[in-house]
Amino acid sequence: MVDEYAVEIKGLTKKFGDFTAVDRIDLKVRRGEIFGFLGPNGAGKSTTIKMLCGLIMPSSGSGTVGGFDIWTEPEEIKMNIGYMSQRFSLYEELTVMENIDFFSGIYNVPRNKKKQRKAWVLNMAQIEEKKDHPVKTLAGGLKQRLALGCAILHEPPIIFLDEPTSGVDPLSRRNFWRLIEEMAGEGKTVFVTTHYMDEADNCHRLVLIHRGKIIAEGTPSELRSSYMKFDIAELLVDQPFVAMDILRDAGLEASLHGETVHVSLESYESCQDEIGRILKNAGLTIKGIEKVPPSLEDVFVTLVEGRE
Amino acid sequence: MRLKGIVKKEFIHIKRDPLSLAMAFLLPAILLFIYGYAVTFDVENIETVVCDRDKSSLSRELIEGFSKSGYFTIISYTESYNDVDGYIDRGDAKAGIIIPDDFSKTIRKGGLPSVEIIIDGSNSNIATIALGYVSAIEERYTRRLYPLSKEGPLIQVKTRIWYNREMRSRNFIIPGLIAVIMAVIVALLTSLTVSKEWDRGSMEQLLSTPVKPSELVLGKLIPYFIIGFADTVFAVLMSTFLFGVPLKGDPVLLFLLSSIFLFGGLSFGILISIVAKNQTIASQIAMLTTFLPAFLLSGFIFSISNMPKILQIFTLAIPARYFVTILKGIFLKGVTIEDLLWETALLSLYGLIVFFLAVKKLKKWIG
Ligand SMILES: Nc1ncnc2c1ncn2[C@@H]1O[C@H](COP(=O)(O)OP(=O)(O)OP(=O)(O)O)[C@@H](O)[C@H]1O
Ligand SMILES: [Mg+2]
Repeated sequence: MVDEYAVEIKGLTKKFGDFTAVDRIDLKVRRGEIFGFLGPNGAGKSTTIKMLCGLIMPSSGSGTVGGFDIWTEPEEIKMNIGYMSQRFSLYEELTVMENIDFFSGIYNVPRNKKKQRKAWVLNMAQIEEKKDHPVKTLAGGLKQRLALGCAILHEPPIIFLDEPTSGVDPLSRRNFWRLIEEMAGEGKTVFVTTHYMDEADNCHRLVLIHRGKIIAEGTPSELRSSYMKFDIAELLVDQPFVAMDILRDAGLEASLHGETVHVSLESYESCQDEIGRILKNAGLTIKGIEKVPPSLEDVFVTLVEGRE
Repeated sequence: MRLKGIVKKEFIHIKRDPLSLAMAFLLPAILLFIYGYAVTFDVENIETVVCDRDKSSLSRELIEGFSKSGYFTIISYTESYNDVDGYIDRGDAKAGIIIPDDFSKTIRKGGLPSVEIIIDGSNSNIATIALGYVSAIEERYTRRLYPLSKEGPLIQVKTRIWYNREMRSRNFIIPGLIAVIMAVIVALLTSLTVSKEWDRGSMEQLLSTPVKPSELVLGKLIPYFIIGFADTVFAVLMSTFLFGVPLKGDPVLLFLLSSIFLFGGLSFGILISIVAKNQTIASQIAMLTTFLPAFLLSGFIFSISNMPKILQIFTLAIPARYFVTILKGIFLKGVTIEDLLWETALLSLYGLIVFFLAVKKLKKWIG
């Protein structure tokens, strides 16, 4: 295939009655890319994915997935994609193996490959010893991995994942992202939505949508440098909660990042000393202070708030 | 193979869900059992007016035969023929017995007196059943007067009972009852299958796969067809062995035509399920759209030919109507396929239309 892009859409729009959920979106996703589609709740992420997977028809606009037209070739698209919906969608009362069996039948996995693919899913989801358990008895992380496995039994070149890690513990989330990276490493295109900003850093390229419109796009580092006009000071203190409250009382924008406190400043150099003074007056000692690049969360909070 | 996969999955669902399993297998049997015993149209206490012009011991004996049977309650005696008509016209009486002046005289002469019995035909079921009683009483009367006689009836009453000589209303009811119960059950069975997938979110996953609408509909239909077929066989066995309804016709034909009905009914359930998208709504629609028409407009209770023209035309669209005719015909009259060509053709047409509608509706979602 000569087509460089796995997904290419132009002016894609979806209206529900008077309400425009997706508003003239243009985007291109390269083959083998992990493409992050980000946005707050109700931004239109799922709606966009559903149009690309042929689950709902667009109101207007055009697009191709894997080189196939979303209007005229939905059947072909469906042969070439794996889709994992935002809602858990395996059959809870069926066992792990019965689910895998069912989807390998639905995807028409060739007979000679069936055994190998089933074994692959069990291994990938690390679920071998649970294979005869009903899915409803599994932990969230395992369910998600199994759902992913079932969605890609037929080895599709393009994979759509709609908030695959929502409601899953941090360790499972990290494991899940390792799987995504592995798949991209094999040349598969992964189109993924999330609202965990720390996960966005794992993507090759990002698009941020808000109220159905794209408001920013680029690689994670491009987004950081071009959209963030504030400097971020990262403070290491004994009592981060107390420090955050004190800084907020002083009229600064402060937030907790793990053990540290982030403060947005007009200019790091000119404000550094003042922060030290404020905290010292309150009886806190600063164990360390340094200028850090803004996190994506910092960027998106600023961008979205700028639009409200 | 996709179809095989869907069928297999559906069977696992049924197996794991005790409630649906119970509904599939026990509900039809329970309904047939309850209604088979409860719903009898044996008519009692038919209000009767008597015009006894003879006033002999023989005529009194005949009248007593009626009143003692328990089926007829004599509400009034009158002297004139016209009075009898009046009672019936006003609806005060459902039956009238008129015994002529020369009743006993004719019997003594060895002749055949003619007793006139008038029955209000506005309720054809009651009328038919009442006529049955008349002939039974008449026979008993004859036998009592001439116990050894092998001759024909003593009194001349023209009665005819159709297809149900034993006069058991149950024989009438059970075949139609099977049709009504199956009409409701099959639609209920499948009305949950697709809506369940919507409710739990798996439909979205299915729609993103290359599965074809026809495969999905057929895959969901096949397991329930097998269950529905088993239900029908069981209901027929119950009818003959438990209720003692004689099966006059060919059982093979009966099951063959039942299969056509099942196909349409199950497809209809699936269609509801696709449109409703919600389990509660789907099952309610299935109940309403099958039970009432099947019960009221299929000819099960109310004879279609007595209905207003508009309603008669409307009944043409009710598949249970044909199934009632088929089951009654095969059970009671032992009719063959030649007598049921019309019903068979329309049931097949209905099934095909509904099946394709379901596939088309689903296609709209699959894109
Ligand atoms: N079938 C529908 N009918 C009407 N409105 C809808 C429909 N589906 C989605 N919407 C609306 O469209 C908007 C976008 O929804 P969408 O599910 O795409 O958001 P999202 O970005 O996926 O949000 P989330 O993070 O909550 O999943 C929302 O306001 C939603 O209420
Ligand atoms: Mg969503």
